[in-house]
Amino acid sequence: MSILTRRGLLKSGAVMGAGMAAPTFFVNQAHAYTNAPTGGSVTLGFNVPQSGPYADEGADELRAYELAVEHLNGGGDGGMMNTFTSKALKGNGILGKKVEYVTGDTQTKADAARASARSMIEKDRAVMITGGSSSGVAVAVQALCQEAGVIFMAGLTHSNDTTGKDKKANGFRHFFNSYMSGAALAPILGANYGKDRKAYHLTADYNWGYTTEEAVRTSTEAMGWETVAAVKTPLTQTDFSSYITPVLQSDADVLVLNHYGGNMVNSLTNAVQFGLRDKLVNGKNFEIIVPLYSRLMAKGAGANVKGIFGSTNWHWSLSDEGSKAFVKSFGEKYGFPPSQAAHTTYVQAILYADACERAGTFNPCGVAEALEGFEFDGMGNGPTLYRAEDHQCFKDVLVVKGKENPTSEFDLLEIVEVTPAAQVTYDASIFGGELGACNPGA
Amino acid sequence: MFGLNKKDTRLMWIVITMVVFAPFILNPFPETSGMAQFNAGYPDLMQRFVIFGIFAIGFNILFGLTGYLSFGHAAFLGIGSYAAIWMMKLLTMNVIPAIIVSIVVAGLISLVIGWISLRRSGIYFSILTLCFAMMAYALAYSVLTPITGGETGLQPKLNDPRIFDAPLAAGASPKANLFGLQMGATYELKLGGWLFVINAGYYIAGLLMLAAFYLSIRIFRSPFGMMLRAVKSNQQRVNYTGLNSKPYTLAAFVISGMYAGLAGGLLVAMDTQAGAERMFWTASGEVVLMTILGGVGTLIGPVLGAGFIKYMENIVSKINSKVLHEWFAFLPDGMEDFLVAVFYPFVGKGWHLTLGLLFMMIVIFLPGGLMEGGQKIADKFRNKKKNDKDDSAQAAATPAE
Repeated sequence: MSILTRRGLLKSGAVMGAGMAAPTFFVNQAHAYTNAPTGGSVTLGFNVPQSGPYADEGADELRAYELAVEHLNGGGDGGMMNTFTSKALKGNGILGKKVEYVTGDTQTKADAARASARSMIEKDRAVMITGGSSSGVAVAVQALCQEAGVIFMAGLTHSNDTTGKDKKANGFRHFFNSYMSGAALAPILGANYGKDRKAYHLTADYNWGYTTEEAVRTSTEAMGWETVAAVKTPLTQTDFSSYITPVLQSDADVLVLNHYGGNMVNSLTNAVQFGLRDKLVNGKNFEIIVPLYSRLMAKGAGANVKGIFGSTNWHWSLSDEGSKAFVKSFGEKYGFPPSQAAHTTYVQAILYADACERAGTFNPCGVAEALEGFEFDGMGNGPTLYRAEDHQCFKDVLVVKGKENPTSEFDLLEIVEVTPAAQVTYDASIFGGELGACNPGA
Repeated sequence: MFGLNKKDTRLMWIVITMVVFAPFILNPFPETSGMAQFNAGYPDLMQRFVIFGIFAIGFNILFGLTGYLSFGHAAFLGIGSYAAIWMMKLLTMNVIPAIIVSIVVAGLISLVIGWISLRRSGIYFSILTLCFAMMAYALAYSVLTPITGGETGLQPKLNDPRIFDAPLAAGASPKANLFGLQMGATYELKLGGWLFVINAGYYIAGLLMLAAFYLSIRIFRSPFGMMLRAVKSNQQRVNYTGLNSKPYTLAAFVISGMYAGLAGGLLVAMDTQAGAERMFWTASGEVVLMTILGGVGTLIGPVLGAGFIKYMENIVSKINSKVLHEWFAFLPDGMEDFLVAVFYPFVGKGWHLTLGLLFMMIVIFLPGGLMEGGQKIADKFRNKKKNDKDDSAQAAATPAE
């Protein structure tokens, strides 16, 4: 017994010793970068919420990814690949390799999202990770991809942090952010509601809520509005009546709901039920504003969204060639128009593939270089720039309004104005953070 | 060996063998085969197996021995994580201070929470711990955002102080390491069609898991462990005999809190990120599931339960309709679509459903968890030979509470 024990101990000790004594050469040196594709195919990782509060958005994102893969491999009608100004993609996969994909469930939790992304990178050899439907997840997965040495193409994430204080050299975002929402909304609000309003903010108590409140406050105060109060509401709140009553007692005449998803549906419904919109305060009609709109939220809130202003990244009723082509091929495949989540993820997948083609490699550093400062058009948002300093896309922002007479369950928002990119562009350094250097891994 | 009896020594060796050879055991299918979908031998999942194993072992010391069902253990996991990430940001990316501090901080907080919660027992104790955990979650998610990073959590940044580390080389990013050995350092071993991944971080976590397991055996077999069992079987009687059981239960609570802290610290060491949802009540519920699934009060059961749940979460959740279609592609079209439609609700996003069904079946048919199942199979093989009833070493002895 004792001999066996000693020998076993020595053995396991030796294994551990070898593990510890061998520092950095203990890494895979076969390739110049992480997960370099070897066979005739390349694997992309689609990491979307399939359960949890944003499962609807996640499902739509996944549909868009499947459509993008089909188009990249030469199937379908090509969608926005035909209207895209860069013609590097030939419909034969990426760099001649057939596009394969793996999917995972982020559960809208940073931990689960990272676990799922890590399994895609370590097990399925994904060379790029994309998706996500909240900023917490996007920031967490982006940091992971930076460490692992793969590219991250962010999905639905609206917080300034993703390309602000938490930006990373391997991460890219096509979606717009809180700052742009504020900058696009303010002039429209000024024109419609006047420049001497008193605003009351209800803000979801987490990062995205803070950055959105700050963005809307800054831009509305700059044009002369006054902020009466800004109250934080717990994310898990479902009944907002106790938060609406103080609004009635204040002398505010505008309510800003910095809420997203189910939060927004509930708070807006409560506010309308309390008769806020029929009130006259300071001789003006009481108004409600929702800085970030999505079609899925408008659907949830039903008739309550009528006439309420907000901003959105993209809407299927846009009439440019790119949007029309995308809506057509998405509609033919799935039978209904795509949401903004589907649009941004589809565009991200195509942009990544195009960058690989132009760089001639899947190496994250080459791809990042191809994306940085890239200017393109024909993807539904007009001329767009992928800014090199913070990897954020700059493009037109849509200001929308709940439609008074919707014709179908998808036709809930109407576009009020397309705010030009120049008006929402900001200096890359205002949010702090460091981009760092690109990491090819291995 | 090391003060263990023969049976425990054997168990310890089994666990050591499993941990050491996990990269091979968990990758039974060749990389290119269709079954490779079920391989679990990649670093992230192996690390999770042992880390959540530690978490469940610690939880079992409280729940399995004293019968006190804590519904807020994830709070200690999260606190350990935050402590560890702050050590990495402030002191050094070396994992040792991070792991030590995470155990200490989780221990201190569990002392406070345990001292308050243990004034009650049964369901009231469970509710109290649940309340504390949800408070911790709410604080981390919003109120304490400057310290915890709120929704976006914390990660090492390029411009963190890291006072003990040399400045980073240009273009390098901070990586968790043990005296220069990076946690992500990996050696890939190709044998024929098989690909085995030997990962440094996994073996470090595995070593700690073995230490944690050994300590748990010693606690189970000690007079202290016997006192805890006495509390479980009848706390009132213990009190009537003039013994004050509170110090024992509190000690068990703090020990299991420290185990959770260690697990939290290791999570950060392996994957340098800490977020609040780690403390959400579902995470606390998960460790209860792990323990019950594996076998409450058994030594190795919680580890198996942890592995089982993490396997479901990471492998089954990744099977999508495309994969299903590939599996059934050999069948005629109608048949294929039918089978895909039948199986689809149970894989991918439906993995919770599969887990729930399995959990139900195990609780109904095997109240002692996976360990009872193992025991039954073993008995069958021994031709139903009556083996000696050594109750202390009887693995599947205690049914779920």
